[in-house]
Formats: sequence, structure tokens, C-alpha cells
Amino acid sequence: MYFKLAWRNIWRNKSRTFITLIAVSIAVVLSVLMMSAKNGVYENMIKSLIGDFTGFAQIQSKAYVDDSSIDNVLVFNDDLKAALQGISAIDGFSPRIENFALAVSDSSNKGVLIIGVDVEKEQKYIGLKDRLSDGELIDLSDDQVMIGSGLSERLQAGVGDTVVLLSQGYHGSTAAGKYRVKAIVNFGSPELSNQLVFLPIQEAQTFYGLENMYTNIILHFKDNDDVRQGVNKLNSVLGQELVARDWEELAPELKNMIETDKMEGYVFMFILYMVITFGLFGTMLMMLSERKHEFGVLVAIGMKRVKLAVMVWLELIILSILGVILGSVISLPICTYFHENPIYFGEEMADVYEDYGLEAMIKFSLDPSIFTQQAIIILLISSMIAIFPFIRLLQVKAIQQMKA
Amino acid sequence: MKVIETINLSKIFEGVVPVHAVNQVNLSIEDNEFTAIVGPSGSGKTTLLNMIGGLDRPTSGTIKVNQIALNELSENELINFRLKHIGFVFQSYNLIPVLSAKENAEFVMLLQNIPAKDRIARVEALLKEVGLEDKMNNRPSQLSGGQQQRVAVARALASKPDFVLADEPTANLDSKSAENLLDIMHRLNKEEGITFVFSTHDQRVIDRARRVITLEDGKIISDVIQHEN
Ligand SMILES: Nc1ncnc2c1ncn2[C@@H]1O[C@H](COP(=O)(O)OP(=O)(O)OP(=O)(O)O)[C@@H](O)[C@H]1O
Ligand SMILES: [Mg+2]
Repeated sequence: MYFKLAWRNIWRNKSRTFITLIAVSIAVVLSVLMMSAKNGVYENMIKSLIGDFTGFAQIQSKAYVDDSSIDNVLVFNDDLKAALQGISAIDGFSPRIENFALAVSDSSNKGVLIIGVDVEKEQKYIGLKDRLSDGELIDLSDDQVMIGSGLSERLQAGVGDTVVLLSQGYHGSTAAGKYRVKAIVNFGSPELSNQLVFLPIQEAQTFYGLENMYTNIILHFKDNDDVRQGVNKLNSVLGQELVARDWEELAPELKNMIETDKMEGYVFMFILYMVITFGLFGTMLMMLSERKHEFGVLVAIGMKRVKLAVMVWLELIILSILGVILGSVISLPICTYFHENPIYFGEEMADVYEDYGLEAMIKFSLDPSIFTQQAIIILLISSMIAIFPFIRLLQVKAIQQMKA
Repeated sequence: MKVIETINLSKIFEGVVPVHAVNQVNLSIEDNEFTAIVGPSGSGKTTLLNMIGGLDRPTSGTIKVNQIALNELSENELINFRLKHIGFVFQSYNLIPVLSAKENAEFVMLLQNIPAKDRIARVEALLKEVGLEDKMNNRPSQLSGGQQQRVAVARALASKPDFVLADEPTANLDSKSAENLLDIMHRLNKEEGITFVFSTHDQRVIDRARRVITLEDGKIISDVIQHEN
């Protein structure tokens, strides 16, 4: 009945209730759209830079962390393999050799990042095959390479052309090789697209003069929410020389950028919600003074003031829940639409994004936490606002209020 | 048995000129009485009833309801006391606008945590008693003043109070509705032994009262039993 009473009281002043509802839901819609777009960008960033390239976590030798020289490699022995298999969150792992080199073609040269990969093993997680714009995937026995599409343009080298790679090998040896381009790989991130060269892992070992040694081991997780935990577990068993690092450590710039951008979003949201807070507060004050007499009567006939306060609190909470629901109902289809039909930018914005190594598109996120976050914020605000009438109603004096 | 007893009860409203709204009133009301408090405007009727009802506190003196001294109760205890012991009927009805007649009468029982089944049965009986069995689901705005006041009587009785206090219950009613309300109150008093204390200006209402207490300038100037029923 208290709920019924609160519910009916909400609809006593229909136009005011509607205005309040609309204000709350506009705030929810704007916040949701903004967060959905932002999170979509982050998800895309993380997917294209981390998921499709760095991996959500890696094992490296501690020396390699400080100095990513080809000399600071790690040995992938049975102990390490056993340790990895012992962690249930890890679905798979694949060793890589990553190092810098100079690529030279007939017409040009460029510094590149060589990635020695076990293509077959990584295929399941990274999906290189889907990224080929020309040619065919390299396989383990190949002595050919795949290069990023940006790099291909820079070097003016397409499928079938030859590039020469030069670098320093293990312990000061010279690394040099001549490779035919077997495929062109498309990476959303221009930074990657401009400098990646994929070699089959054995060929990379030969190139750098490494035997059963790698620069890092990419870890693949069943669920990316478990990365942190898996990494911590792994670090407790890895021993002195090796360390597992998650993507936030591997790509701190990306993490920082996301954090900074999120902060901006929060500032905007804060301002938006401040406005809503004042609006709700005003509604509440009006309601309180309009119903002064009625509150007096209720206390006169024996309603405990705490109950009265709870009833009014309930009214505010119900009102804000309705606002959240309305806001979510409006924004969900919009987010879904832009999730399925991402927005692509024009030239200018695209440049900005590409500076960050990103594809110039916004694919809205449908992460449920975006919606629950708004709900929680609104509920917190209205609970906070409700403190005021709560305290006031605890002091109601029937006789004085009834005179009003 | 004494239901209400006041001893040297006074209320002074401070101001530029302090007003002795109730002045040394000694009064006792027994179970089953049907008492009118009368007197000219400003004589202190409302102030007296408010103090008896635990809505207002005296400046000096004591009020006892069923031997319990109201002075000793805290504000929250008073609220609870009103809920359990006193039924109120106000001049301007004061029903809850968003609740139906039935729900309004039910409300005080809800506050007393009476189970839903018992509430419904009692409310229906009470509304029948005040002749509103066909208006149970109407909201106050869909009822006439007389009907609203009858709902208020049903609400006052719903909590099974020791007595019902009514400050000018008929003041806003036309004479026919007033007559009708009086009939109901009278019958409840006679048949169910409900104690009524009400203030009024209306001579016809005064005539129906068994006992009439007259106030003037906050003092009782006469206290007569007019007739036995
Ligand atoms: N809150 C108050 N502050 C100051 N004076 C008050 C207050 N309430 C009542 N009074 C004064 O106390 C006196 C008694 O008032 P009260 O309302 O009890 O009279 P009443 O007999 O009920 O009058 P009426 O028949 O007009 O309802 C009046 O002089 C009134 O002005
Ligand atoms: Mg009065």
C-alpha cells in the first residue's frame, strides 16, 4: 500500500512528473550515448591494437622489459609450458619473435617491426586470414613474408615482389635475408599497417640466429575479464627471470589515453547530472510545500514520521527509476543501430584518430554496464536528494503543518 | 470509567499580547459519553481538543487519557498514542486524496500493521455503517462533503480508538448532511458505545448532544447534561 500510495502521489501532478521524467531521461540518453560511443571506441582500440596484435597478456624475460634487444630472449622450455597449462583461465599461448629491422625494396626503405609468428596457432585468436587484402597466408614452412598494407605502399612492394630485411641478430651477429612478399595484411591501425612484417616463426628464428628462443609468448584467455587474475597467478609461479604482463602494462599509452578520455566523459556527465540534481531538488521542494498540510494530517492520525519519510523517499526513487527506464528504452535502439552500423568519419577526423593508430570509426558499445552505471548514478542522486525531505519529515509537527 | 481527564489545563500563546486560549480547565469525560464543546469563536475549543488529542502540548496542567499522562510522552510516542487510542474527524475532512474511500479508512489499520484480511472486513463493515457501501471505491474528489466526512468517521473508528475527537465536524456541511452525520455518530455511540467529543457552533448539533460544555475565554462557564440519550 505504501508503494501504491507513492505511485499514485507521483501521478498527482502529471505535468510536473512528465517534465521531471523527460529531464531525467534526456540526461540518461545523453550519457548513455556518449558512454556507448566512447566505450565503443575503446573496445575497437583494444580489439585492433591489443586483441588482434599485442595479445591481452604476454610473457617476456625481465631483461626484455627494460631493453627489448634481441639478446634478451627467453627459452620456451617444458617447465614454462607446464606452468602455462596449469592456469585454467589461459586458453592457449603462442611464442613470437618481435624485433625491429630495416626493410629495403627496389625503390625505398623503411624501419619495420618484424613479427615471427606461428600463424596456424594464432589464427584461432587473431584471425590474420580475415585481414589479408591480397595473396595467401604464410605457413610454417614458408620462407616468405606478409607485410602491412601501409608498408606495402611505402615500399611499393606488392605480392610477388621481394624485400630485403636487415637487422642485428643474436649476440651481435648480422641478420639479413631476402624474402618474397606472399600477402598484404590490412590492419585497422595505420601505425601497425605501416610497419608490420610477418615471418613464419622458424624463419624468424633463422633470421635472428635464435634456437628454441623467443622474445615473448602471447597468452590467449578464454575470457578477457580473467586476464588480470591469470597474469597474477602466473607471476607467482614464473620464477626470477620471466614476467607476465597484461595489456595495460604492455601498452600504457593506450591505457592512459582511455583513462584521460573517460575522465573527460565523466566531467561532461557530472555537469549533466548536476543540472538534473537541481531539477529534481526543485521538484521535491515544490512537492514538499504543496503537501505540507497533508503530511500534517498523516502524522495527526498516527503515521510514524519515519514511514512518511520513507514514502516520500520511495516517490523520488520510483520517479528516477522510471526516468532511467525511459532513458534506456530510448537510447538502447540508437546504440544498437550504431553498433550494427558504425559511423565512419570524414577525412579530417580520420586523421586525428589515425594519429592514435586507430581506425576512423565509431561502433557503439552495447556493454550492459553502460546502462547499469546510469541507473546507479541516478539512484544515488535521488537518494541523496531524498535525504533533505527525509530529515524535514522526521520533524513534522502535525498541528503546525495542518494550519498551512 | 474516565477516558479523559484534564487537571488545571492551560495554554498560553505567547505574542505581543499573550493569549490565554485555555485557562485552568478541569474536565473529565467518561466512557460512552456524547459531549459537545461549545462557545463563541476564539473561546478555545480547538485549542482544548488539540491538547486532548495529543496534537498540541499545554503550557501547564495535565491531560490523562486512560490514566496515561500525555505530557510524559515524547513526540514519537504521542504519534503512536494517537494511532492506537484516538480517532480524529476534522472540519475539512482531510482524507488522503489519492486513496479511495475504502483505502482511506483502511489506512490507519495499515499503520497499525493489521493483516489485510481483517482490514478489508472491518473497512467494509464500517463503510456500510456510515452508509457508503456503494461508494467504497470513490476517491474523495468523487464524494460530496457529507460523504467525505462519513468516510472520515469510518477512518476514525477503524483503529478502534478509545474515543473520537471531532473539531466542528459539521461546519462545512449543509444541514441535511450534518443531520445525517449526527445520526450516524449518535447511533455508533448508542449501539457500539463509542465515545464522542466534538466542538460545534451549530445549535441543532448542540441539541443532539447529551452533555454540553461551554467555554468562554478559555474557561468552562457551564457544563450540563441535557438529556440521557
Ligand atoms: N497558534 C496560535 N498562536 C496564537 N494564538 C492562537 C493560536 N491558535 C489559537 N490562538 C488563539 O487562541 C484563542 C483560542 O483559539 P481557538 O482556535 O482554540 O478558538 P475556537 O474556540 O476553536 O474558535 P473557532 O470557533 O473560531 O474555531 C484565540 O484567541 C486564537 O486567536
Ligand atoms: Mg476552532
